[in-house]
Amino acid sequence: MSADVRADGPAREAAGVATRASAANGGPLLDVRDLCVEFQTRKGVARVLEGVSFALGPGETLGLVGESGCGKSMTALAIMRLIPDPPGRITSGEVVFDGQDLLKLDDATMRDVRGNRVSMIFQEPMTSLNPVFTVGEQIAEAVRLHQRLERRAAHERAVEMLEAVGIPAARRRVDEYPHQFSGGMRQRVMIAMALACNPGVLIADEPTTALDVTVQAQIFDLISDLRDRTGASVVLITHDMGAVAEMTDRVAVMYAGRIVEEGSVEEVLEEPLHPYTQGLIACAPGRRTAARGEPLEEIPGTVPSLLERRGGCAFADRCKHVQPRCRELQPAELRIAGGRRRVVCWLFADGGAR
Amino acid sequence: MSAVAQALLQVEDLKVHFPVGGGLFRPRALVRAVDGVSFSVRRGTTFGIVGESGSGKTTTALAVMRLVELTSGRILLGDQDIGALEGEALRKVRRRFQMVFQDPYASLNPRKRAGDAIREALDLMDVGDPAGRPQRARELFLQTGLRPEQLMLFPHQFSGGQRQRIVLARALAANPDLVVCDEPVSALDVAIQAQMLNLMQRLQKDFGLTYLFISHDLGVVRHMCDDIAVMYLGRIVEQANRESLFERPLHPYTLALWSAAPSFDPRARGRGRRIRLQGDPPSPINVPPGCRFAGRCPFADARCHSEEPQLREVLAGHRVACHRVDDAGNALYPLEPAG
Repeated sequence: MSADVRADGPAREAAGVATRASAANGGPLLDVRDLCVEFQTRKGVARVLEGVSFALGPGETLGLVGESGCGKSMTALAIMRLIPDPPGRITSGEVVFDGQDLLKLDDATMRDVRGNRVSMIFQEPMTSLNPVFTVGEQIAEAVRLHQRLERRAAHERAVEMLEAVGIPAARRRVDEYPHQFSGGMRQRVMIAMALACNPGVLIADEPTTALDVTVQAQIFDLISDLRDRTGASVVLITHDMGAVAEMTDRVAVMYAGRIVEEGSVEEVLEEPLHPYTQGLIACAPGRRTAARGEPLEEIPGTVPSLLERRGGCAFADRCKHVQPRCRELQPAELRIAGGRRRVVCWLFADGGAR
Repeated sequence: MSAVAQALLQVEDLKVHFPVGGGLFRPRALVRAVDGVSFSVRRGTTFGIVGESGSGKTTTALAVMRLVELTSGRILLGDQDIGALEGEALRKVRRRFQMVFQDPYASLNPRKRAGDAIREALDLMDVGDPAGRPQRARELFLQTGLRPEQLMLFPHQFSGGQRQRIVLARALAANPDLVVCDEPVSALDVAIQAQMLNLMQRLQKDFGLTYLFISHDLGVVRHMCDDIAVMYLGRIVEQANRESLFERPLHPYTLALWSAAPSFDPRARGRGRRIRLQGDPPSPINVPPGCRFAGRCPFADARCHSEEPQLREVLAGHRVACHRVDDAGNALYPLEPAG
């Protein structure tokens, strides 16, 4: 990896300065406050996100974990303002990036932010790349639009980015088409595209799900390396607790459209508070060789349908600590450790006593 | 000899080659998907095969199921050479070995009710008398943790985890000895995955099942398997029981796989315990001479590039194919790769 990701034109310099400026006042770079999203369906209104809040500091990596259908990807799409409307709608909340509420921006201004200062890597590199354009054209398009680089400079930038993400013979491969790349290489191209404009925040939605473990390790190394060099903040969406332990500084656990626990990665993995977090950690197989033959701990049942939500805690039906009040009232949020650790569960609602 | 006596499945020098491409002026190339693989699976145990995509693990599973044509080699189930059977004789013996595929969405006919999918398996395999088959379908549903009233539902009315239970119930319909599972839980969510793995272990205990278990997920393999083979480009590079393989991996490729798997301890990350592989696995079309892993191996020397290492036993029950491991099972390479 020879290219310096920082070497770039004046436009990016300006963006970088703005990002650093907000970091200097000690505030978060991305502050999501009380985000609510609804989807209109034939069977009624599905409340997909219900009051999601979290803050991401500059250079920090936040893991967003939970099973499918818990709202992890929806949170990412809402931040990017990519929720299809209709049927979806952001009903309330704020997404403050670098002092600006993204939800209040007009479409044109939002387009300047999206893919430029906040960008995203999707799960399926095969479907996220356009098969009829070379990878170079696709990377160059982003920098030409956002950084107003002219053709030749944008092409150079594409080569530079492919080198930065570790694609061998980048100058030759920049003119190849997506089908000529392997799965891992395509994901590298996606990362190159997402980082070409030096974004302040990178959202990675299950970036390694379709990849082999060895390639997954390469992609994780690459993301951490680029994060450390560019100072970008990362939101990593995953269901893999191993990936969380490997990559993140902070963890937010989502269940049925809410964040049920948040804390530093050490706190959450070593002393999980919410029964759902405990279950997610305990049900991962193969942490100890000796444990063969012992059954894994199970979280019984499945994620409830968002259309069938009743009052109370959404996890109540699967929880082994369920009490009568869990089914009636949504538990209040308990904040500890200066507010950066929190849990939403009746077990802790009375001041932290179990 | 007792290990051989208990062996349910023995695979000997299995080769599966596919011709690809070829045109007027281009020669046909040969994909050596499986290229000389031997192993045996003890009755009542789980034998795991791990490796990256393209290592030949799925092709091995399909060959054992007789779903791809064998190029050469023998496959013995008990004392019957199922590799040599054809036609009706093969169909008759199929009730002894069944398969669970990766994708529970693609494995069930969307227009057939769940109960009928199982009934059909019973009919085709001619299991029991026809009058008792609805009852048998109910039993299978209960055994796999489904409710009998769900027999009338269509696949789309089930979740992914439930569908995989139906697929498992269907595989068990004929009371097989061997169940070949190709990535049975990798399409499932973590919590559902744990339910499915527990179910598979319970069924193994209750019915004395033998599993051939294909997976790329080292955690799942470590949890499920008694013996494990690591495949690379169509060959087994290391094979041992679970403890030996996880506690004392010898082949640099196994080491690389193990160190690629994320650790669950956030405080342990970034320590220099890593062997990082560069690039993707090479293509099984143009297999390099010498050790197939040499091109990506940080410890390869001149011999590795010219002479192919043979799989040999270096510790009790622990076989490895590597020039840089001596006959007493000591690694002749530094544990920290240079650079």
